[in-house]
Amino acid sequence: MALLDMTALELGREIASGKAGVKEALDEVFGRIDEKEEEYNCYITLDKEGAYKQAEEVQKKIDAGELKSPLAGVPVAIKDNMCTVGLRTTCASKILGNFVPGYGSTAVERLENAGAVIIGKTNMDEFAMGSTTETSAFGVTKNPADPTRVPGGSSGGSAAAVAAGECFYALGSDTGGSIRQPASYCGVVGIKPTYGTVSRYGLVAYGSSLDQIGPLAKDVSDAACALELIAGYDEKDSTSVKREDTAFTGALREDVSDIRIGIPKDYFGEGLDPQVAEAVRAAASALEKAGAKVEEFDLSLVGYAIPTYYTIADAEASSNLERFDGVKYGYRTGDFDDMHDMYKKTRSEGFGAEVKRRIMLGSFVLSSGYYDAYYLKALKVKALIKRSFDEAFKKYDVILGPVAPSTAPKLGESLSDPMKMYLGDIYTISANLAGLPGISLPCGRDGSGMPIGLQLMGDCFNEAAIIRTAYTWEKIRGSF
Amino acid sequence: MAREYETVIGLEVHVELATKTKIFCGCSTKFGGEVNTHTCPVCTGMPGSLPVLNKQVVECAIAVGLATNCEITRYGKFDRKNYFYPDNPQNYQISQLYLPICRNGYVEIETENGSKKVGIHEIHMEEDAGKLIHDEWGQVSLVDYNRSGVPLIEIVSEPDMRSAEEVIAYLEKLRMFIQYLGASDCKLQEGSMRADVNLSVRPVGSTEFGTRTEMKNLNSFTSITHAIESERERQIDIIEAGGSVVQETRRFDDSKGESYAMRSKEDAQDYRYFPDPDLVPLKVSEEWIEKIRSAQPEFRDAKVKRYKEEYAIPEYDIGIITASKRMADIFEEASAICGQPKKVSNWLMVETLRLLKEKSMDPEDIVYSPAHLAKLIELVDKKVINSSVAKEVFEQMFADDTDPEEYVNSHGLKQETDSGAIEAICRQVIEENPKSVEDFRAGKDKAIGFLVGQTMKAAKGKADPGTVNEILRKLLGG
Repeated sequence: MALLDMTALELGREIASGKAGVKEALDEVFGRIDEKEEEYNCYITLDKEGAYKQAEEVQKKIDAGELKSPLAGVPVAIKDNMCTVGLRTTCASKILGNFVPGYGSTAVERLENAGAVIIGKTNMDEFAMGSTTETSAFGVTKNPADPTRVPGGSSGGSAAAVAAGECFYALGSDTGGSIRQPASYCGVVGIKPTYGTVSRYGLVAYGSSLDQIGPLAKDVSDAACALELIAGYDEKDSTSVKREDTAFTGALREDVSDIRIGIPKDYFGEGLDPQVAEAVRAAASALEKAGAKVEEFDLSLVGYAIPTYYTIADAEASSNLERFDGVKYGYRTGDFDDMHDMYKKTRSEGFGAEVKRRIMLGSFVLSSGYYDAYYLKALKVKALIKRSFDEAFKKYDVILGPVAPSTAPKLGESLSDPMKMYLGDIYTISANLAGLPGISLPCGRDGSGMPIGLQLMGDCFNEAAIIRTAYTWEKIRGSF
Repeated sequence: MAREYETVIGLEVHVELATKTKIFCGCSTKFGGEVNTHTCPVCTGMPGSLPVLNKQVVECAIAVGLATNCEITRYGKFDRKNYFYPDNPQNYQISQLYLPICRNGYVEIETENGSKKVGIHEIHMEEDAGKLIHDEWGQVSLVDYNRSGVPLIEIVSEPDMRSAEEVIAYLEKLRMFIQYLGASDCKLQEGSMRADVNLSVRPVGSTEFGTRTEMKNLNSFTSITHAIESERERQIDIIEAGGSVVQETRRFDDSKGESYAMRSKEDAQDYRYFPDPDLVPLKVSEEWIEKIRSAQPEFRDAKVKRYKEEYAIPEYDIGIITASKRMADIFEEASAICGQPKKVSNWLMVETLRLLKEKSMDPEDIVYSPAHLAKLIELVDKKVINSSVAKEVFEQMFADDTDPEEYVNSHGLKQETDSGAIEAICRQVIEENPKSVEDFRAGKDKAIGFLVGQTMKAAKGKADPGTVNEILRKLLGG
């Protein structure tokens, strides 16, 4: 098998056994990048020199028997909102266009300690605000399944890079579906873990109470393994959780005989592409045949998820993005009269339209006189949504549904109608509001050959259930 | 006749806590580091950095809350106060608006009119900002983030004070509690304690509050007193002239003795407070509170009471000594070692206070150890040195905590104890001063003083004046 056709774990085994070298794997990846990157634009920054240097060190450690991680030596891509020491971190924004951090994010450091070789920083929606990767200040990324279509977002560069073989796996971040939706559009696997599972230290915040880092990978096994490497308590992140059960690869078993699957009827209503509905239901039937107990149920409050999400995420974002002011780092306007003029021009010129829209929405819902009616109300609804999931998870181990209402839209179709773009997040945002783990994995293609995604959500800290169900589905699908 | 007015005052007191590290990162809080050296990604607001709460800050705040009879909040949160200014690297300050750590307390103050309770509305924790340095020549300002993230508590009183005297008594009381807790050195001049004065006036007998102003930039008790007096006058003048006071923030200029408006309520910013999602709710357990309570020191009032019972020293001295935790500690420890509280107290009340005043120092900054003071007292008691030499030794000790015994030895200051040698000097002095000898013999007892002085001078101070006096009388009388 050609190295590029291997999964990350397969490549890791080849490297561990000495059948393939780390440099050789890099050569293959950069070969593919040379071939495809101009068209797809998955990366904002490529670090060829750094990658080869890192490869050499990792190879030495592997040869000396010092590195035993299953992904040691495997090339990885990092979403450009995670700080990497000495490597430009832009958040796909002009305002951070020249920002090179002197500190790294914990998730990336964990991967590096496990011998991962970082090849570059992937494109994304500016500050992770968007669902198509079209709000990037560094150009659009194209979907490798059909380059006239978007890869999804905001982790579109990571998803496209995995799909195109421009890396073996990637890290993304998910605030309202930003890992799962592009995974679905590009036909790869993405996991958003339980809130608090992966440290947010070094992840440039969008909506702090919703953001989680997770992997995008070629299959469920790679994703589970990568998640296992980055998960864990971090004293630098107060919201990170001390949990023992992060050996996610232990759940890679083909067995759903004890799994109770609930399908929310509300997820199959108006707005869902019938081809997507059909593919998702087919997956549910296949799992039922494999022994799972499957039933439909009413998940309440689904209609409230979107306004709740955009109120909370934008409120937090409006505050999180205040630090980008031209004073300390990043872009500063060239010409200004005084301090306030500098602030105004820097931020007007440095942020794109979607980011400004969300800063304005967020500032509004936090402003005096509106706080109770919007922000506080949204927090209350968030608690109610969490409660309705708690109820559901008394009956089910896994909630199954679509990832997005449709497959990947054409480039340029979404930005003209932000409301429509926001509504596209309907199935993914609840997991963020309730802190739940969710996985997105391929479950067929539509009439135009575009990948369809299947979403499995689990109760907090029960990644094992969704990983096991996903793994089982992947095995069933493979045998079709 | 003009109406009588009552002044209504409430204070917002910021205290910089003396924790080793900052409130949300591990950087040092030490003063005087090179610009931007006590900094990290967290306290400079770098993208992706996250705050982690320093538990010691919470303990300090709770300790102050317990000392001031507050209710301690069991489930607290931190909120972001959003405003753009370059000294604030994230452009939001992490503070507490909705659920402050302490609420509903009071302190008891004593003034000439008796004792009175001043209510404490709340105490909350927050982070300090950096410092802007304005270049006077170029068109630039620089910013130093060494102070960014230094922990503060803000103690907000109820509008319970009616005069500058009460305000000062309240501040003294707070300062005493906080210094005793070791939570801060509370220096107004250096900014480790800052008081903003909210003041309004109303006709005596009125139950409604007048419109208040807030005064900032008050760097000493004197300037607070002046600011209160001038603001009271200003507001009364406005009202008497038929005008109305504008709610605003005013800056007091100490050199001119007057304040001027900084901003009015109309241009008050909307801080868009909301709970900081990067920090988890702060849960304070009963056990934690008890642990802090049991570690509380003996505060001043209790100390005064105990000193009156245990030590035979004047009440006035007790008041002065207990006004500083450092002085009280020295007093207690030195007395325990040498067993002579009266003498210890004298050294504190006379020489220590004199040198503090001379060097414009704060009692908290006394460097000498109680053990050395005890040793010095012992040296005098054993007549190894006399009291004038002791003063010289003490000055050195006060400067650098020199061991008095070593100093006496190395400087050859031991007094002459060989009575034969002293007698020889006395004889010589008698011989050289026939006039005084004659006077003494003629009944002028005062003349002996001159002779003692001459003898001490001849002995280079290293003799005990009492012994000299005795020997001279013996020689002259004999």
